[in-house]
Amino acid sequence: MISRRNLLKSIGATALAGSALAMPALARANGNAAGRVVIVGGGFGGATAAKYIKRRAPGIDVTLVEASGRFYTCPFSNLYLGGLRDFDSIGHDYAELTGRYGVRLVADLARDVDGAGRTVTLASGETLAYDRLVLAPGIDFRWDAIEGYDEAAAELAPHAWKAGPQTKLLKAQLEALEDGGLFVLSAPADPFRCPPGPYERVSLIAHYLKTHKPRSKILILDAKDAFSKQGLFTAGWQALYGDLIEWVGLSNDGKVVRVDAAAGEVETEFGTIHKAGVLNVIPPQKAGFIAHAAGVVNESGWVPVRAETFESAQVPGIHVVGDATIAAPMPKSGFSANAQGKVVAAAVVAALGGPASPEPVFANTCYSLVGPDYGISVAGVYRAADGKVVPVEGSGGLSPAEADAAYRRREARYTLGWYAAITQDIWGTAA
Amino acid sequence: MRRSSVFHAAGLASAALLAAVLAGAAAAQEADASLLAGACASCHGTDGRSPGSIPPLAGKPFAVLSAQLAAFKAGEARDATVMTRLALGYSDAELEALARHFSQIEP
Ligand SMILES: Cc1cc2nc3c(=O)[nH]c(=O)nc-3n(C[C@H](O)[C@H](O)[C@H](O)COP(=O)(O)OP(=O)(O)OC[C@H]3O[C@@H](n4cnc5c(N)ncnc54)[C@H](O)[C@@H]3O)c2cc1C
Ligand code: HEC
Repeated sequence: MISRRNLLKSIGATALAGSALAMPALARANGNAAGRVVIVGGGFGGATAAKYIKRRAPGIDVTLVEASGRFYTCPFSNLYLGGLRDFDSIGHDYAELTGRYGVRLVADLARDVDGAGRTVTLASGETLAYDRLVLAPGIDFRWDAIEGYDEAAAELAPHAWKAGPQTKLLKAQLEALEDGGLFVLSAPADPFRCPPGPYERVSLIAHYLKTHKPRSKILILDAKDAFSKQGLFTAGWQALYGDLIEWVGLSNDGKVVRVDAAAGEVETEFGTIHKAGVLNVIPPQKAGFIAHAAGVVNESGWVPVRAETFESAQVPGIHVVGDATIAAPMPKSGFSANAQGKVVAAAVVAALGGPASPEPVFANTCYSLVGPDYGISVAGVYRAADGKVVPVEGSGGLSPAEADAAYRRREARYTLGWYAAITQDIWGTAA
Repeated sequence: MRRSSVFHAAGLASAALLAAVLAGAAAAQEADASLLAGACASCHGTDGRSPGSIPPLAGKPFAVLSAQLAAFKAGEARDATVMTRLALGYSDAELEALARHFSQIEP
């Protein structure tokens, strides 16, 4: 039932929203939903859920637990590495969420979840009670997966797979690389965060090297035999960089099994040693630790969810979005996390007394830049059926292999447009 | 994500199931296009008020939006890129509802 306190709050927030928001009618219609929602993680999935819950039902109390005051996106961190953006331009804050939407921001780390008692314990020791919990923690690394590659080794051979100091470290190493030096990237097997990410990264680093250190080379050592948008990337590399980039897949001894970060060396499955000038190791991954603490992870290390609501298949009352989930065929992308966050918002509002959620529809598009004027994409539209995410037959797919330079240029322009739009949609900050 | 894996997975889902899901979605959105429209905001901005190079949708006339969406779906829009692929994921009724939704938002 709606408490007097929540009701008053709801009325207050609705009045505010009525003047400020674009869909006052919708907000009012759903405004009688009430309750306490705690969201862990203010990245692509969590910040989206916070905003869209408040847009649907301003009366719901939303608390966002996120340790950093400013979030740096992995998307476009490759443009920073390639010298196309400065680091500040990929940072976003929570001013819109707290100021315009009335989300309560708690700058802390969630340490534990009691799914039966419906509470979250913070690192500070404080406990937050919830009616619905949304976990959007992203990924953690499997530090035991590659011999010699632990957190200390990552300070010498960065992963740069969470944006922040690691990204800056990799950039500084690339700048210090001598002309003629070798950049080696070790890519993991599926599933992992951002399937086209490693290949966009080498593309934009190739752009940087070609411009500043033209005698340098790039070697990708890959733990799989095929990768996202492979045909498009390979053709783009050929067109823009000639033979600067070499890719070695699993069957050709591409899987890195040992790292000597101090020496800048890696060893592959069949014993080949490669020495790098700059070494970037992207290790295998799993759901963020709080998902493990909450008991929503299965033996795969990821979180099974019901696609209709992205509620945990294992613990009621907990929704999980983004990279942490098993949502294949949707890839682990910021775009997917944004789409899932909106579906979770509708499901949470429905669960807290709002109208039933419409059937979910999810979209994803992974844009990648092969060069500054050369964009490619893969798109998909998905629905939920029987608890699973299913692609809509005949929709989506890749940029055409035969497209001309004008088409690639347009998609490069839209890549920038996409980033401006999705960061505005999530954090309210147009970049 | 490889294209082959998408179509492989598509093959696994029964066509009948998908048809049922599609029909359900078409019925539900008549009352509420807000969830459908969420997918557009990732590229066109919240409420279709684009901050960047992708065209805005907010406040454009219904007839224009609905004609554009139909052209994307039919593969007849000139110089289109991703919209041709995305529009195929929606029923005609859903595209109508989306056109109406964005036409009613103040630009
Ligand atoms: C190099 C690179 C390029 C990429 N490019 C693209 C791209 O072009 N397009 C695209 O769509 N995707 C891209 N991605 C993928 C994208 O970054 C992820 O898919 C996306 O960030 C997933 O969102 P999320 O909400 O699951 O996790 P995140 O965005 O990582 O957010 C998780 C947040 O939760 C916080 N957190 C975790 N645990 C706790 C806790 N216990 N308590 C409090 N806070 C916690 C974290 O600090 C973080 O802020 C790229 C990734 C990389 C690495
Ligand atoms: C992946 C990014 C992306 C998504 C998601 C997306 N669009 Fe688009 N949209 C574009 C781009 C890019 C264009 C320019 C045409 C093209 O290149 O395909 C465009 C053009 C349009 C246009 C024509 C506008 C004009 O003035 O020319 C309409 C209408 C439109 N989109 C509607 C939608 C709707 C409705 C949705 C949600 C179902 C949607 N779009 C989702 C990227 C996107």
